[in-house]
Amino acid sequence: MKKTPFCATSQKDQEVMFQTLGISDFDDLFAAIPDHLRSAELNMPDGLSEMEMMQHIRKLARKNSTNLVNFCGAGFYDHYIPAAVNALASRGEFYTAYTPYQPEASQGTLQAAFEYQTAICRLTGMEVANASLFDGGTALIEGIMMALRHTRRNKVLVDEGVSPIYRKMLRCYTQNLSVDYQEIPMSGKGIADRAAITAQLDAAVGAVVLQNPNFFGCLDNLTDLIEQIHSVKALAVMSAYPIALSQVETPGAMGADIVTGEGQSLGLPLNFGGPYLGFMATRKSLVRKMPGRIVGETEDAQGRRGYVLTLQAREQHIRREKATSNICSNVQLCALRAIIYLSLIGREGFLEVGRECMDRASYAWHKLTKIEGVEPAFNRRFFNEFAIRLPKDATEVVSSLVDQGFAAGFPVGRYYKGMENVLLLAFTEKRTKEEIDILVAKLESALKA
Amino acid sequence: MKLIYEKSSPGRPGIRMSSLKISETEEIPTKYLRSKPAELPEVSEAEVVRHFTALSRMNFSVDTHFYPLGSCTMKYNPKACEAAANLPELTDVHPLWPQLRGGGMLTQGSLAILYNTERLLSEATGLAEFTLQPMAGAHGELTGVMIMAAYHKDQGNPEKDHIIIPDSAHGTNPASARVAGYNVVTVPSDENGVMDFDLFMETLNEKTAGVMLTSPNTLGVFNPRIKEICDAVHAVDGLMYYDGANFNAIMGRYRPGDMGFDICHLNLHKSFATPHGGGGPGSGPVGVVEKLRPYLPISRVEKTKDGTFALNYDEPKSIGYIAPFYGNFGMISRAYAYILSLGKDGMLGTSNRAVLNANYLQEKLRPLFNTEYNGRCMHEFVYSGDVLKQYGVHTLDLAKGMIDRGIHPPTVYFPLNVSEAIMVEPTESEDLDTLDHFVDVMEELFEIAKTDPDQLHAAPVTTPVGRLDEVKAARDMRLSYT
Repeated sequence: MKKTPFCATSQKDQEVMFQTLGISDFDDLFAAIPDHLRSAELNMPDGLSEMEMMQHIRKLARKNSTNLVNFCGAGFYDHYIPAAVNALASRGEFYTAYTPYQPEASQGTLQAAFEYQTAICRLTGMEVANASLFDGGTALIEGIMMALRHTRRNKVLVDEGVSPIYRKMLRCYTQNLSVDYQEIPMSGKGIADRAAITAQLDAAVGAVVLQNPNFFGCLDNLTDLIEQIHSVKALAVMSAYPIALSQVETPGAMGADIVTGEGQSLGLPLNFGGPYLGFMATRKSLVRKMPGRIVGETEDAQGRRGYVLTLQAREQHIRREKATSNICSNVQLCALRAIIYLSLIGREGFLEVGRECMDRASYAWHKLTKIEGVEPAFNRRFFNEFAIRLPKDATEVVSSLVDQGFAAGFPVGRYYKGMENVLLLAFTEKRTKEEIDILVAKLESALKA
Repeated sequence: MKLIYEKSSPGRPGIRMSSLKISETEEIPTKYLRSKPAELPEVSEAEVVRHFTALSRMNFSVDTHFYPLGSCTMKYNPKACEAAANLPELTDVHPLWPQLRGGGMLTQGSLAILYNTERLLSEATGLAEFTLQPMAGAHGELTGVMIMAAYHKDQGNPEKDHIIIPDSAHGTNPASARVAGYNVVTVPSDENGVMDFDLFMETLNEKTAGVMLTSPNTLGVFNPRIKEICDAVHAVDGLMYYDGANFNAIMGRYRPGDMGFDICHLNLHKSFATPHGGGGPGSGPVGVVEKLRPYLPISRVEKTKDGTFALNYDEPKSIGYIAPFYGNFGMISRAYAYILSLGKDGMLGTSNRAVLNANYLQEKLRPLFNTEYNGRCMHEFVYSGDVLKQYGVHTLDLAKGMIDRGIHPPTVYFPLNVSEAIMVEPTESEDLDTLDHFVDVMEELFEIAKTDPDQLHAAPVTTPVGRLDEVKAARDMRLSYT
């Protein structure tokens, strides 16, 4: 008999079991199901051995271009991941466990989630955080829906400085719900347009959606705008980049009500788009409106401290169609990576990473904007990412630099009409001064060509 | 155990992140900067490693314990699939690279994995097309219902306003239908544990957008009238949604497409062995019949005439973007490695053994739960713990007693329509010795329930903490360390 991979019973085991059940083969197990439902044999190859499978995937993997010097970010960043993150998150006790339904047998997962929630509060300057959501985009839509539930309103204003990748998702998710969804163009300075947003603020607006630094990397202090938003009793929902929060003013200090973001930069590989880490934080007064799992501290009968999933009355497995969201899981393993990463680099290391990113971006900005014909797209302060306007189509320029081993940035024309010549470049601690110097030289010659 | 924050001491060095300083920078005005650093722990690398290693040892997991958590398919997660998915050529690829060089030429390997996985899932389910974008099962459900809505809108049937769901369904089904804008109509189960057919037929009408079914359902029972249900729904131009949460029971033997379903999601973290991660990340691909292809999320991965792979964003009827990119690629690559390892023979072999293991346990435990033979189960079964009530023992006590004996408890108190429910799903990963040991432990616990029930009331005693006060947690709302 052929071996079936990863199945544990021997033929002898199976015979014992057949005998117990009074049957003679597997088909007898399915006797109650009408025969006409039985499918033909699947049209796919027989199973591969482990070695053959690895060879096949290695062969495919080699077809990817790797070793590109990467200046492409746009919300997803190539940060260094300390070896201990992989070593710890690869422990089977973590990754082969499931949702901590039995808290006594899951204190490892639960305490790590509590530590993660604490870190997210401290990064964002907020009071409470959930145990994570799928990714930054779904976290943002959940944040908006939470604001609409709280305010019992249906109008959403979204600044166009919010990631266009996320705005496409927002348009998709709101299409079947009675949501009045409006996007507001940025001001010419590349930041949220105070006048345009304020003009739209009325008693129907439940959420105003902002991002800092925004998609173009521009920094802002949104305190004044959030005051305006609060004056009509709407909520400010802000998307944030966690590495920037090492240096940049927190959404909490600016008065944001709900903060979401993509946590990929906290120890997760880029992985061609996922799995990623959606984080969400809010004020304590809004916690019962927050979707997703939440871990809380408590104690056992002997007074020993422990952690449990709490406030579950909000969730779908109890509330069913009345739940705050249809989401029933978090991305615990990704949140675990984030808290391990933040613990490893620590308070000082976090500041250092932020500083290194800022310094590299600043160095590159001065060099790049000196190239003839290259101008800053916006005259703004930035954290680790900025946009420049080239004298020719940015997609063509980037494509030509790929052959020289450089992912020279992200051409934004795909998402912003009239910005076909604009290139968005991101800088992390992984990029060296030499790499930046070569990028500048290559870009300069590509523009001359 | 202390929190990582409680182990922190100012000045303890963490990992050195960079030694390269670039000095040619300017200061950013303080109004853009935070006034105080984020209070992250200051702990040595060795201490961090000890801390999280110690935490990991407080968990039960598939790698360490039998974990028959019903409805969750806690099968073994092959190490080779981890190794394949962790190849740096796959993990270190930026999702926007396909846009830097026309046709996705920089990422042909990753696109091939997506394309090949879609084809394999199509064949396994009998559905024409797949999207791999949904990031979990519930996300797949939402995507599926959105496709349903887009179809009806496009057909000029906007009056379709509700989705029919049996009462035994996972809570995510009604929640997903609501989030996609539909009303939910619930149909009760009959005495066999499947959706009551007559009540269903009374409920079905021209305004029915679709029906969401799990088969086998959460009771582990396969609905034998599935074809009749599909035909009746199609007669009112409704769509049949298959919740693939329990696909591990039928893999290689029955296909949702052949049964008449139009839309189906699969949980790669269940049937296809990607790890559960302590609660995610998951992956919930959605398959559809040919007529629903235009509504799938964009982008679509396509194979061009020259054999290369490209991303197509030009699908005007698509529901749009449900994920930032192509889904949880890291989970898809694991599942791809798993499916290649199984092949067609392994698919059938896996579901056969999963169902055999469940039936064996159901049979061996029958005397304890004092239940009549009620037919074969599929990959899981549900018993009621009511039989223990006479000793003052509840299902929860039984579960905690299992923890003390090194077994992760089955799912308890679900499904909701069974009193004191205990839902057991052993999966194909367990051998006969493990199954027999489980039976022995259950027999021992039932004996203790009769003779010394307080021992079970006090369980667990072998874990770092005993039963935790959940009411206190909800009342105090201590949700972060301060």
